[in-house]
Amino acid sequence: MTMLTESQSEFFEAKIARDEKIEPRDPMPDDYRVHLIRQISQHAHSEVIGMQPEGNWVTRAPSLRAKLILLAKIQDECGHGLYLYSAAETLGISRDEMLAQLHAGRAKYSSIFNYPTLTWADIGAIGWLVDGAAIVNQVSLQRTSFGPYSRAMVRICKEESFHQRQGYEIMAQMMAGTPKQRAMAQDAMNRWWAPSLMMFGPPDNDSPRSHDAFRWKIKRESNDTLRQRFIDKTVQQAEVIGLTIPDPDLKFNEVTGHYEIGPLNWKEFYDVVKGNGPCNQQRMAHHIRVHEEGAWVREAAQKAMEQVNH
Amino acid sequence: MESPLLQYLFRLGDDSLILGHRLAEWCSRAPTLEEDLALTNMSLDHIGRAKMILEYAASFEALGRDADELAFGRDERHYHNLLITEVPNGDFAVTMVRMFLFSAFDVLRLDELSSSEDETLAGIAQKGVKESRYHRRHAADWIWRLGKGTDESHRRTQQALNSLWGYTAEMFDMDDTERVLLEEGIGCDLHTLREIWKKDVNEVFTNAGLTLPEDGYMHRGGRNCVHTEALGHIIAEMNYGYAMMQA
Repeated sequence: MTMLTESQSEFFEAKIARDEKIEPRDPMPDDYRVHLIRQISQHAHSEVIGMQPEGNWVTRAPSLRAKLILLAKIQDECGHGLYLYSAAETLGISRDEMLAQLHAGRAKYSSIFNYPTLTWADIGAIGWLVDGAAIVNQVSLQRTSFGPYSRAMVRICKEESFHQRQGYEIMAQMMAGTPKQRAMAQDAMNRWWAPSLMMFGPPDNDSPRSHDAFRWKIKRESNDTLRQRFIDKTVQQAEVIGLTIPDPDLKFNEVTGHYEIGPLNWKEFYDVVKGNGPCNQQRMAHHIRVHEEGAWVREAAQKAMEQVNH
Repeated sequence: MESPLLQYLFRLGDDSLILGHRLAEWCSRAPTLEEDLALTNMSLDHIGRAKMILEYAASFEALGRDADELAFGRDERHYHNLLITEVPNGDFAVTMVRMFLFSAFDVLRLDELSSSEDETLAGIAQKGVKESRYHRRHAADWIWRLGKGTDESHRRTQQALNSLWGYTAEMFDMDDTERVLLEEGIGCDLHTLREIWKKDVNEVFTNAGLTLPEDGYMHRGGRNCVHTEALGHIIAEMNYGYAMMQA
């Protein structure tokens, strides 16, 4: 870690001021680098851990078409993980180091994946609500100041919008189906709605790292702004297919033109972030076990490559 | 009783359906992200192929069943897949050796079927052979790495080969169904393919420093719908979501 010279610092600040992208070889403050490594690796870990709740249904999908779409979607998430790890690596950290941080509990992933996928409707709800919320955030991040992260977001958003449509299609089909299917869809809605809203992070007046992120243009819009955009979009989509939003306080404000929601359970949010959610232990144990079980394969590949190179 | 063509379609479709299921089981469980991607991609190829073949079978049998009902709604005594496709994944070595043994066969079979008198089947085979060539090469590369890598990887891969070898003879059995379709110009001569396959397999494993086992007891039964105990569990799992959505 080195301090920037005055001219390097001016170069960085001027680029940020002109809304130009910071590239990996550009001088950047250590705090900027550290903030980005934390954010991008957390994003990468989320894509990878997210494969678990969806993978939970891939062998049990209700039709061949649904199985193919889910397989393709999980592949996309895996690809996003790879792409994001690579973006983080341009900042001077290796994938192995990032995995070690995850396994040691020093790096996080999105808390949403600490909830279980109990029925097939949960796969619809994840696509529609979870990926839907992720898109709102990621569209905003396309304008983030770090070049590799920004470009990763452009590509990822294209695929995520397909995910969101397929999730909505599952929900729409179930809502047009039998009473049992409608009940299943509503049940998934009831369980995933609030956690999806909390994906945007704590309210603006309680968001500890936002200040620097705004100054450096890593973050372009606030948690509450993004959350509101998602709510406005999603409430209408729910109405179209006959799903009820599980919030007795939900109302449309004619003056502002926005939907207003009741209070969210932020205690639950912080509990899950700290590790006390339904699947925290399961997700991490799975990731660590798989990583350890694969060690002999990675070692063999390494040794075989060394023989080729000699 | 199913007609020879229908039986043949079930053989091809069920091979892909069940192998695709086994590959999908690797999702989030592979040694690297790159391999997770590769394994689910190969699963996607096989499930996609199973869908096309079972759709054709459904239209051909004309009993009002669709491809999903054929995929998920049969009981295990009506699945025609080779036993090697249903063997549990085991470790990465078992999965890669299975993929190689099967894909090396599949490439040859699909190459022949690409010029089948049955145009639908020929079309499916022409698409499939490209995928299976990649599957074969991917598995062959891993067999080399694992064979040459470390003592542990060598030992595991030799063990995998020893345990799977007894499931390979069934791939080349010419029974009445195969003979009828060969005569009609729809199927292919599996006996001829066996020689080419054996040469390919021998070369790949020998190059990796591994030894082909002697032919011992050979497991058979898949083509007559008599399976290992593993298949029932696969069907129960595959059927779960389908059954959930029927209600």
